[in-house]
Amino acid sequence: MATTSSAFHRKIEIVSPTRQRVMGVLFILLGLALVFFFTPGLMQDQTTTFGLSLATSQVQLPPWQVHTLSTLYGLAVVSAILGGIQLARGFGRYTNWMLGLVVGLFIFGFLVWAAAGKSLNLVGMLNTTLSRSVPITLGALSGILCERSGVVNIAIEGMMLTGAMVSALVGSLTQNAWIGLLAAIIAGALLALVHAVLSIKYKTNQIVSGTVINIFATGVTSYISAKFLQVNQALNNPPTFGGTPIPLLSEIPILGPVLFSNSIFVYVMFILLVILNIALFQTRWGLRLRAVGEHPKAADTLGIDVFKTRYMAVVLGGMVAGFAGGYFTLGSAGRFDEVMTAGRGFIGLAAMIFGNWNPFGAFGAGLLFGFADALASRLAILGIAIPSQFLLMAPYIATMIVLAGVIGRARPPAADGVPYEKE
Amino acid sequence: MAPILELRGITKRFPGVLANDHIHLTLEQGQIHALLGENGAGKTTLMNILYGLYQPDEGEIFINGQKVTIHSPADAIAQGIGMVHQHFMLIPVFTVTENVMLGEESTRFDGFLDREAAAARVRDISEQYGLAVDPYAYVKDLPVGVQQRVEIIKLLYRKADILILDEPTAVLTPQEVDELFVIMRSLVDQGKSIIFISHKLREVLEIADLITVIRRGRVVGSVRPEEADQYRLASMMVGRDVKLELERPTSEPGEPVLEVENLLVADELGQLAVDHVSFNVRGGEILGIAGVQGNGQTELIEAITGHRHILEGKVRLLGQDVTNAPPRVITELGTGYIPEDRQRDGLVLPFPVMDNLILRTYYKPPFARGRRMEWEAVRQHAEALVKQYDIRTPNVFTLCSALSGGNQQKVIVARELSRPIRLLVAAQPTRGLDVGSIEYIHQQILQKRSQGVAVLLASTELDEILQLSDRVAVMYRGQIVAIVPAAEASKDYIGLLMAGVPPEEARQRIGRKPVEIG
Amino acid sequence: MNPEETPQKPDLGKLILNELNHTSPQPPEKTKRGIPQSVLIPLLAVVTGLIFGAIFIILTSQEVYAGFGQSFGAGLAAMWDVVARSYAALFTGALGDPVRMINALQSGNALEIRRAFNPFLESLVTSTPYIFAGLAVALGFRAGVFNIGAEGQLFIGAITSTYIGYKLVGLPMIIHLPLALLAGALGGALWGFIPGWLKAKTGGHEVINTIMMNYIAFRLSEWLLTGPMKRPGSYNPVSPEIQPSAWLPRFFDDPIRFHLGFFLALGLAYVVYWFLFKTTWGFELRTVGSNPFGAKYAGMDVTRNTILAMTLSGALAGLAGANEVLGVNHFLAMAFSSGYGFDSIALALLGNNHPVGVVLASLLFGTLRNGATRMQLSADIPIDIISVLQAVILAFIAAPAIIRSLYRLRKPAEGEGLITIKGWGG
Repeated sequence: MATTSSAFHRKIEIVSPTRQRVMGVLFILLGLALVFFFTPGLMQDQTTTFGLSLATSQVQLPPWQVHTLSTLYGLAVVSAILGGIQLARGFGRYTNWMLGLVVGLFIFGFLVWAAAGKSLNLVGMLNTTLSRSVPITLGALSGILCERSGVVNIAIEGMMLTGAMVSALVGSLTQNAWIGLLAAIIAGALLALVHAVLSIKYKTNQIVSGTVINIFATGVTSYISAKFLQVNQALNNPPTFGGTPIPLLSEIPILGPVLFSNSIFVYVMFILLVILNIALFQTRWGLRLRAVGEHPKAADTLGIDVFKTRYMAVVLGGMVAGFAGGYFTLGSAGRFDEVMTAGRGFIGLAAMIFGNWNPFGAFGAGLLFGFADALASRLAILGIAIPSQFLLMAPYIATMIVLAGVIGRARPPAADGVPYEKE
Repeated sequence: MAPILELRGITKRFPGVLANDHIHLTLEQGQIHALLGENGAGKTTLMNILYGLYQPDEGEIFINGQKVTIHSPADAIAQGIGMVHQHFMLIPVFTVTENVMLGEESTRFDGFLDREAAAARVRDISEQYGLAVDPYAYVKDLPVGVQQRVEIIKLLYRKADILILDEPTAVLTPQEVDELFVIMRSLVDQGKSIIFISHKLREVLEIADLITVIRRGRVVGSVRPEEADQYRLASMMVGRDVKLELERPTSEPGEPVLEVENLLVADELGQLAVDHVSFNVRGGEILGIAGVQGNGQTELIEAITGHRHILEGKVRLLGQDVTNAPPRVITELGTGYIPEDRQRDGLVLPFPVMDNLILRTYYKPPFARGRRMEWEAVRQHAEALVKQYDIRTPNVFTLCSALSGGNQQKVIVARELSRPIRLLVAAQPTRGLDVGSIEYIHQQILQKRSQGVAVLLASTELDEILQLSDRVAVMYRGQIVAIVPAAEASKDYIGLLMAGVPPEEARQRIGRKPVEIG
Repeated sequence: MNPEETPQKPDLGKLILNELNHTSPQPPEKTKRGIPQSVLIPLLAVVTGLIFGAIFIILTSQEVYAGFGQSFGAGLAAMWDVVARSYAALFTGALGDPVRMINALQSGNALEIRRAFNPFLESLVTSTPYIFAGLAVALGFRAGVFNIGAEGQLFIGAITSTYIGYKLVGLPMIIHLPLALLAGALGGALWGFIPGWLKAKTGGHEVINTIMMNYIAFRLSEWLLTGPMKRPGSYNPVSPEIQPSAWLPRFFDDPIRFHLGFFLALGLAYVVYWFLFKTTWGFELRTVGSNPFGAKYAGMDVTRNTILAMTLSGALAGLAGANEVLGVNHFLAMAFSSGYGFDSIALALLGNNHPVGVVLASLLFGTLRNGATRMQLSADIPIDIISVLQAVILAFIAAPAIIRSLYRLRKPAEGEGLITIKGWGG
């Protein structure tokens, strides 16, 4: 524990310059990659066109046309200059922002290259990115709730899957999407309660407990699906939440179609994001929750009920995961299919780590992963030779790199995964 | 007037142990009441009961003459009881204010933190009682002494009237201890009452108004400091006459076994922990390293035994250069090493005793032939050692986790001393042990010294250092500030050096003429 | 002074007892009931799991609700009927129908005999990959790494052994088969090595990394089967058929698929046992697993052992994949694994992370899964009931306090210490 750290601070510089250098080199490499991978084979006079409105938009913006080659060179030069500055003196605490910027530039460069000589609807792309990021971000928020209180939750996937199945079943039975959604939230909460009892009361290894939930959820949902939903289609036909454009706001060019013409899941995600961020860092509730996740004994000695706090956090996390499950059936597919979450819960876990256990960080990661997802589905349309599977691998590889500490170490709550023992 | 706190007949049983046996204790308002006892005597258990962390099996608690029941720390806080735990209950990544207000937060709009208001209160309290801290500093950046002040502020913030300080001096320099005593006096002067838990006789005699001695869960008696002396308290604590001075036969130091030259070592955070340290230890000699915890002793020991990277400098063992050599090479040259944290480093708790007894030699005959383990040889070896070193265990298959602390340490001592060694490195060899085990281990160390083994002993217990060492090296902020022969190593002098007073000045303060530094 | 010189009279009985004691992970707890809890609790967990499964089946059966609609008695009868029918199907599906066996033997019809005895042998076939994967996870646990990525390693092992299996043509079996198995082991080993290396060198938690590696493996196999490794002329994402020279030989004619892999798995279980408990390698691995700080103090190389453990664990899981493609399927398809990777965590814990325990647990799970296939056909109970059972059993194993309070068992004096892996905090 850091409580024995000594009073004297004569720092020997053996750690931090490495990271500064790695980052600088990375920026420059990304710049070089833009030139070496993307410019060959491009014609001198080729342009890339980005559509800025959807066909349904009322205000139609003219498409944005850029000169492909010079844009790529420009992006490369900017990356290289940023890399040079990083190597020379570093961006200090803005390094992560710079990293985000350079990665953004690289992705933009990729799109400019991918759509060279063609037209790509940027608004549509961003909108898909946002909606693909919904289950990932919600999964990450679920994880943040649990882990900030000190309970590792790898069962987000299972809770989502169960939420998806239950919302399809209940939604079909009642023919009411809201009741279906409520049922999904309750199902998530119940599974979370099992996880909580196993890991808080019985002090089971939390990864094992999470695995129990995941196996159980896969089994039960597939069982019910095989026994009822597939046999009787009336049980697998819930009403769905369509797009709910927000009046006026949805008419804003670019922003409107991207942000304000979505299903309620997107709006709820944004609201949850803001609420969770404020709740965690600005309220008594959040201070106590984080205290329990960092040093439960300290919290206990100050009269905070560690067990109650953890139960609450895990169950709330389960509710968020159950809600995310509802997205798959009520917000997207309109039916339940076996193992339809396809690992989104685990990507959510990755987004949580990527975002360093912070809601907005997790959202950023969710967007990045959602983008990879959205792009993968368009590769074929754009006629790019990269197999979509490799794009879909990107989030996993990126998470492993983050976890390795190349881009600054991710720091989990200190008591994450450690059962609390009252002596 | 009724006393502010009275405990009557408190009894607490743990499986197989009677931790508290009908304990009576009375605390008057404005009193510093010391609770004195050995490790494991039941002091902390009693205080945990008072603080609501445990429930007593029998007994009653009265506050201001009113009977109360305390089910949780929250109850205790509500009754005006506050406790500074031996291991600080602070969250490193929170600020001072956040740590202080946690559990009793200042809020706006019912639930939103009001950090400014809380910080202002922290500032008020720190001014009122002379506890200087920055409310917005992160706890992880604060030195130990200041962290302790944060703990005290936590109690005052909750308007506690009864303060329990559990071994508060263990991590402090003698000078920081003096500062703490000033703070304690100031608290008592302003109407607070303090229970001061300690096993250090001198400190108790210095600060307490009343001393209650506990042994094996029972109150042995209460005395006023003016009626008691160290010898009387010690025999009350242990239950028999204790020789405070160990018999140390003279020995003729031989050739240097360990030579350390200009050592430079960093800690985990990349900060300089050992700063150009040089010394040597000769055969048949005990060199004690004194110092307050966290002044580089841990890193120094780890560097010498091959467990930490050496940035600069040389370590020679029996004339051979072992700078940054793998631990196993250093071990095989004849080094025994009793590590500081026995449960973390010294033992594999889920393993049987017999496995732990070969932890450092498992790969050599007769325990292994090639890559094959010879478990029968391991068992015989273990049974012999258990007998020879008096390790109290049902059998050699018993898991180490089931042994008492003293017996766990004996397993380590047996393992390290039973090999033919030339150098013994012992870090905090008796921390947290009962007097019997301490005496036993001290004798074992002295025996090795008479056999011509060079001993490097690091301890934060100054008494232990002074009892055993032939020479005392004092570490302060990563440097060895002086090496003092035993004859000149008085407690006051070493204490001043440990606190960072330059040797010259320290000698003047204790009124002695300067002597050559060894 | 030197304790080794102390003469000791060897007592043979004591000697054997000690030998046994020591090679089991912990000395047996002294229970007055006779059966140690390390055996009793898994048994009770399985029994309780089956009871739970019965309740689940009852709750999801329309017949039961229809019965209670008529009368209470009819409801009870329907409950009994559905459970009896399901578990009877499970039993005969798993071990064979005794009546049919006797009849077949009397008739002397070879095909009929094979068919009658097939369920039992088929259970062994199903158990085989479980043994490999369970050993993989158990070895990891012993060394303090939580290999939740057996699934991905299994996939990669299947891919590499399939590739060697169909790409090399004209080799004699004595060379081709070991080569294909080796390829599977190496593929899995690589997939285990990466998270092992990351854990040892960067501290990245292996649970997250192996989960990520799982999905990378799925995507990779998806790409390979739709691209480079796609069977020519096929519309489905499947690999070409493996050369017969790389098949694990079968012992009987169709329909019995029982093959050499089972004995390979048993042999490997013994090797793992020997490695863990009889060699200094194993001692180091277990020490690192139980207390890495203590291992470092003892002069062991924690980094190397962590990497070694993950690599070996991956190799074992890779062999599970190789075993399936070389012994059963003879080609690789997309939906090839059925959650062996996650089930193997349950197996390792059910078997107390001991090779013998893992083999027994694998036989149980394999039998259940095989029986469930029959249950699905004849009792209309979806095979996924097995996952439910496994989850429940795992929960009871992981939280023995539940079992103890259900059956009023006494708490053992010492901690269980099944898993020493912590979460990614601190």
